[in-house]
Amino acid sequence: MTPRRLFVALSLLLAAPSASAQHLTLWHAYRGAEQTALDQVLDAWRRAHPAASLDVLAVPFEAYASKLESAIPHDHGPDVFVDAHERLASYRALGLVAPVARAANAAVTARFDATAVRALTAAGDLYAFPLSVKCVALFINPALWTDPAPPATLESIEALRPRLPSGTYPLVYESQGAYFHAPLLHAYGGAMLDDAGRYTFVGPAAERSLRRVIAMTRAGVIPDEASGALVSQLFSTGRAATAISGPWLAAELGSRVPFRVAPLPALADAGGRLMEPYATVEGAFVSSRSHDPSAAIALAEALTEVPAAVIRARVGRQVVATRDAWTADPELARDPVLSVFREAAAHARPMPTHPHMRAVFEPARQAILKALRGDRSPRTALEEAEHRFTDVTRPLPRRRDATLALLAVGMLAMGLVLNSLRGLRDPVFRRDLRRSLPAYAWVTHAAVTLALLVVVPLVIGAVTSLYATREGHSYYVGLANYVDILTARGGPLLATGSFYRVLLVTVLWTAANITLHVSIGVALALLLSRPLLRMKALYRVLLIIPWAVPSYVTALAWKGMFHRQFGAVNALLTALGGEPVSWFARFSTAFAANVATNVWLGFPFMMVVTIGALAGIPKDLYEAAAVDGATAWQQFWKVTVPMLRPAMGPSVAMGAVWTFNQFNVVFLVSGGEPDGETDILVSEAYRWAFTRQAQYGYASAYAVLIFLILLLVTRRRSPEALP
Amino acid sequence: MSRRTPWWIELLVHAALLTAVAFALYPVLWVVTLALSPSGTPSPRALPWPEAFSLDNFRAVTLHHDAAGRWLFGRQLFNSVFVAVATAVTSVALATPAAYAMARMRFVGDRAGMRVLLATQMFPGVATAVPLYVILDGLRLLDTRAGLVLVYATTALPFAMFQLRGAFEAIPRELEEAAMVDGATRWQAFFKVVLPAARPAIAVTCLFAFMSAWNEFILAATFLSHEDAFTLPVALQRYVGEHDAAWGRFAAGAMVVSVPVMAVFYAVQRHLVGGLTAGSVKG
Repeated sequence: MTPRRLFVALSLLLAAPSASAQHLTLWHAYRGAEQTALDQVLDAWRRAHPAASLDVLAVPFEAYASKLESAIPHDHGPDVFVDAHERLASYRALGLVAPVARAANAAVTARFDATAVRALTAAGDLYAFPLSVKCVALFINPALWTDPAPPATLESIEALRPRLPSGTYPLVYESQGAYFHAPLLHAYGGAMLDDAGRYTFVGPAAERSLRRVIAMTRAGVIPDEASGALVSQLFSTGRAATAISGPWLAAELGSRVPFRVAPLPALADAGGRLMEPYATVEGAFVSSRSHDPSAAIALAEALTEVPAAVIRARVGRQVVATRDAWTADPELARDPVLSVFREAAAHARPMPTHPHMRAVFEPARQAILKALRGDRSPRTALEEAEHRFTDVTRPLPRRRDATLALLAVGMLAMGLVLNSLRGLRDPVFRRDLRRSLPAYAWVTHAAVTLALLVVVPLVIGAVTSLYATREGHSYYVGLANYVDILTARGGPLLATGSFYRVLLVTVLWTAANITLHVSIGVALALLLSRPLLRMKALYRVLLIIPWAVPSYVTALAWKGMFHRQFGAVNALLTALGGEPVSWFARFSTAFAANVATNVWLGFPFMMVVTIGALAGIPKDLYEAAAVDGATAWQQFWKVTVPMLRPAMGPSVAMGAVWTFNQFNVVFLVSGGEPDGETDILVSEAYRWAFTRQAQYGYASAYAVLIFLILLLVTRRRSPEALP
Repeated sequence: MSRRTPWWIELLVHAALLTAVAFALYPVLWVVTLALSPSGTPSPRALPWPEAFSLDNFRAVTLHHDAAGRWLFGRQLFNSVFVAVATAVTSVALATPAAYAMARMRFVGDRAGMRVLLATQMFPGVATAVPLYVILDGLRLLDTRAGLVLVYATTALPFAMFQLRGAFEAIPRELEEAAMVDGATRWQAFFKVVLPAARPAIAVTCLFAFMSAWNEFILAATFLSHEDAFTLPVALQRYVGEHDAAWGRFAAGAMVVSVPVMAVFYAVQRHLVGGLTAGSVKG
């Protein structure tokens, strides 16, 4: 018991002191120049408030919202946080934010651009001090677009194609991203989402916009599958005449490359309507759980005061929403980049604030991707995306009465207690128990920690599967989540994303990996076990290196190697005279990429296990076989294999369980591409929990099903047979 | 087996092994190339060799300071080392006596315990992250190194117990029985006789626990909310964001994170074969 008690004492010593009232915390997701600017602003604030203490945390963008949603209700969140206006509706629904002023209070609101104030207002209250407005604009390379006037229409940019060399594009932008596609869609009169939160990226306008992107890609006006990194790479190396991007590209380019910025052009094909981008208003929000709300509001407001706004504009290149900043520093108004972005923002369409907006991006991206790859017609691609959106935002199952379930659990528990009480009176059992007492001294500490930190979370997780949860609300629904999953949510049983389809992929994934792990591992072990092999130790050390590298590093490195443009695998293929492959565009190649990564990761383990097992085979068996005239081949099948099988069985079984739940590789390498087809059950569960509006109950139901499947498959093995 | 093999078979064996080594080293060399290349964006090259050498990426990663001028990288390195070492020590310390009892003693609930241990390996972690958050919050251990150690150590516990139970079963009972006949108590026999004999397996179990803690980032990113409490993988994650991936920085960071594990691995690897298989081959 002593080590445990010592450990608890140690834990208490190491725990952080609880927050005092004078203490403020601020969270943001800025990087690069914007982060530098914010740090400068906060340093100035610290100098002006020497008595206060301020903690600042830069959270990775991908984890930002979910971290806020879990931290604030548990009082571990920030007092002030920087976020975009489109999250306001869901943060209000969760009760995470508090108003900072009445919207009618002109003394506050008149200081800011009116559109920014509108975007951050709900039910007559202003919920954040507007910091900056972000939207995309057109970057122009003056060497390739020589006309001093910016392009008036998209068509005039397309007309550059014949005059540019191949490998240089008239226009680059992230064509598959819904955010970047929106200006085109808006010009054709379409929209992604209506005010009531209904999905509207279907129908004639959406199809026209998609056909336009396809035509531009086929004609070589825009590159295929451009990521953000590729956009900046092409534009900064002079291989793109124009680019659609945001202020972040200007910050990245700095003064290295000459460029101009202009608002997005019009679309002659749509009667000359302007390509309206989405505008995002960033604000300084105040947490509803702040210990010192007035101090928090003062800090949030301080970020928007004129000197602070000027720093954010000059250093962070932000289009600040504080009006007086533009007159206080005449250079800002003259700045050729900031002033254009400010003008572009005035014509932009504020991003819809409905909570459903977060569920739009992924299906919309998949629709654009499928149409661009030619896998589906624009119409089918859009309809599939609408189906996916409806799937994610479907109404939750109706609330059910938990009394019956509680009653059943209560009866069961009582039955168990009575049963064990009866067992206690059994003299044989009492004798056994008494004899067990010394053994308990050896296992209790491990059992208690395991129960508290492994079994209890597991049981809670399993119980959650009986609840419907979405964005922080939860209530009891009985087995409705399971019914939903097992009936494939009413769709065809083998549709993409249905439980059975994903299960099939998971089984295929496990089988492919284990087969390759074992055959490669055994083959290498046999080679390394040759008695007269030279450099044996060196080979062995080099071959276990993949095991020693952290698996997320491996996964991300392999993802980079399979990149279509600058990946090493395609470079190898091209060097050998082949065609580059778009690895994550098709199920077969994406699956192969995942398997290659996981085989790399896992073969050393099997190799080492086999080396050990081979060492355990008595030599005289081979000698006897040789005396009987067995060939090497016969010796392998008649001696080696039968002897290896029992020794390796447990490791193979364990490896299969791990592979079945191998989250890192699938999530980081293919990320489920294309359209979730390579997702396995675990990564599907993760998506429901963390990227599809926090549906923990649904994700837990998946987890329980995974557990039951594995339990069923491994049931016939006695525990003694496992490692 | 002991006959001399013809030279061409020997050549084939080396060719096969060299191919495997190339497969094993290629991604590693690719990461090293990225880390040593001056430009952030990788260029399409088949041969992993940088066009120009630069240590800028390493400098940027290892000299990372926060706004207040504290050496963030140093703190995060310390966090990672502390958490990984403490996890290894705690989980092995918890697992060793329990695994010994599992291997040597019969008691009420031993088989059920084994089943529960096995079952914990099958339940995916994604469903337990939220309950763990609440439990750590209740213990006031959220956002602390100790909380992370506690979670990692218990997660590593079931596998450590399987490993060590197998290792103890492979040690002949006669060894301790002889010691106990000579007047030693069970505990003395355990410490003086059994533990030294199981040293390779304990080293390997320590290595696995160390690695699992050193590499974990999903739970760490959820539980930690102060930059100076972050472990290195969480800090590393920030270099490959959705919009602008600083691959060079990531690669440099990846090397900084990988080299210590590889060093530990190298130190323990001669025990690896014996330590791993002791569990499955019943002596």
